[in-house]
Amino acid sequence: MWWWKIAGLLLLLYTFVMGFLGPVPALPIINETIRNLYFHVTMWMAMFLMMTLNVIFGIRYLNSSNLKDDLIAEESARIAILLGTAGLITGMVWANFTWGAPWVNDPQLNGTAATMLLYAAYFLLRNAVIDPVKRARLSSIYCIFAFVMMYVFIMVLPKMTDSLHPGKGGNPGFNKYDLDSNMRMVFYPAVIAWCLLSVWLMSLRVRLRLIEKKLANK
Amino acid sequence: MEKYHLCRMQLLFSQVKRLILHEIRLELKNKQALGSLVIYSLASIYISYLSFRQNIDPITWNALFWIIMLFAATNAVAKSFLQESRGLQFYYYTLLNPRAVILSKITYNVILLTGLGMLNYCCYSVLFNSPVADPIQYLLGIVLGSMGLSATLTLVSGLVSRANNSAALVAILGFPLLFPLLISILKFSKNAMDGLGWYVNQPYFIILLSLNIAVILLSYLLFPYLWRE
Repeated sequence: MWWWKIAGLLLLLYTFVMGFLGPVPALPIINETIRNLYFHVTMWMAMFLMMTLNVIFGIRYLNSSNLKDDLIAEESARIAILLGTAGLITGMVWANFTWGAPWVNDPQLNGTAATMLLYAAYFLLRNAVIDPVKRARLSSIYCIFAFVMMYVFIMVLPKMTDSLHPGKGGNPGFNKYDLDSNMRMVFYPAVIAWCLLSVWLMSLRVRLRLIEKKLANK
Repeated sequence: MEKYHLCRMQLLFSQVKRLILHEIRLELKNKQALGSLVIYSLASIYISYLSFRQNIDPITWNALFWIIMLFAATNAVAKSFLQESRGLQFYYYTLLNPRAVILSKITYNVILLTGLGMLNYCCYSVLFNSPVADPIQYLLGIVLGSMGLSATLTLVSGLVSRANNSAALVAILGFPLLFPLLISILKFSKNAMDGLGWYVNQPYFIILLSLNIAVILLSYLLFPYLWRE
């Protein structure tokens, strides 16, 4: 199973080339920053995938008590934080140009801040417990709780108030931009590319940790 | 089979009832804990009074009230598992259904925190000129908020009691989990404060209620894993 890694890299290359050079509709205020869609939004989606993996393997650990499940859960949370930080930076740069400030009071931004804090707390909990079995169980319980709250925050609460984000609160959305569907041709491959890259990163981290463990036991 | 199931549920509820009564009896016997809790929140209200005097606008009034409630809740609920010795926990473990333990703790903390919230609200309204236009709705907000705060923090306190038993960790793990609840409760109580009609507040009521149910359900499902050791 190596072809999906190559596919991910090729798609990523395509994303970067087409993302920076491809045709985009010229819109007021947003202008060329619309290209951020290929990076910022797709990174969030990959982050969401990693958080989903985190909670799935958390639940699996509670049923199986197999420490490898916990390892996968931990590493996917780590990659989720990495992607979240990258998404936050790209979003802040974008917001600085379009909204005029890197941080505004927006439900989605609040949700992001809460999510980053939640996963930071997840790692803090892991560091607070020394016994690996107990650590795995406690952090699995916490990550299920965290995922539910994160879901409420990112998916439910922003729907109740207006957001500054495109496609929400009366702002024109993605569907209105891509009348010639040029952007879709880059956007969907970009989503797949970032997801594949994050899964690859996560599996590399897991393998590294397994080797470290093996060496430590020798 | 069905009969057996019914018996188990009855057993669960009788255990919950007994444990709640036990908690209340313990609390009344050792008045120090309850007293320190009341003094803690009264002192924080008075500190806010000293820092703001009476010139406080309604939005700040509402936000400050919930911040005081958050810290009082952390203080009140954090001790629910930390207080018990390992020996007592082991004794419970051999006797009781873990679900009875968590349900009783949550119920007890809800009662405690609702009472504390009402007291806070009274003192707070006396010290500051209360801008609340619809007290009934505001009190409903306090009940819902107390439920959410205590249910979330009870499970977190259970988690921490298995981790390293530090009260600081309860706040660190609990606060990010409470963000959605706090945002909705702030909106709900602000609408109540402005005297907006029920139809405006209804979506927030539903969100709060479902958040509370979700948290209690999660605690009910996850606590047995925490208990097993």
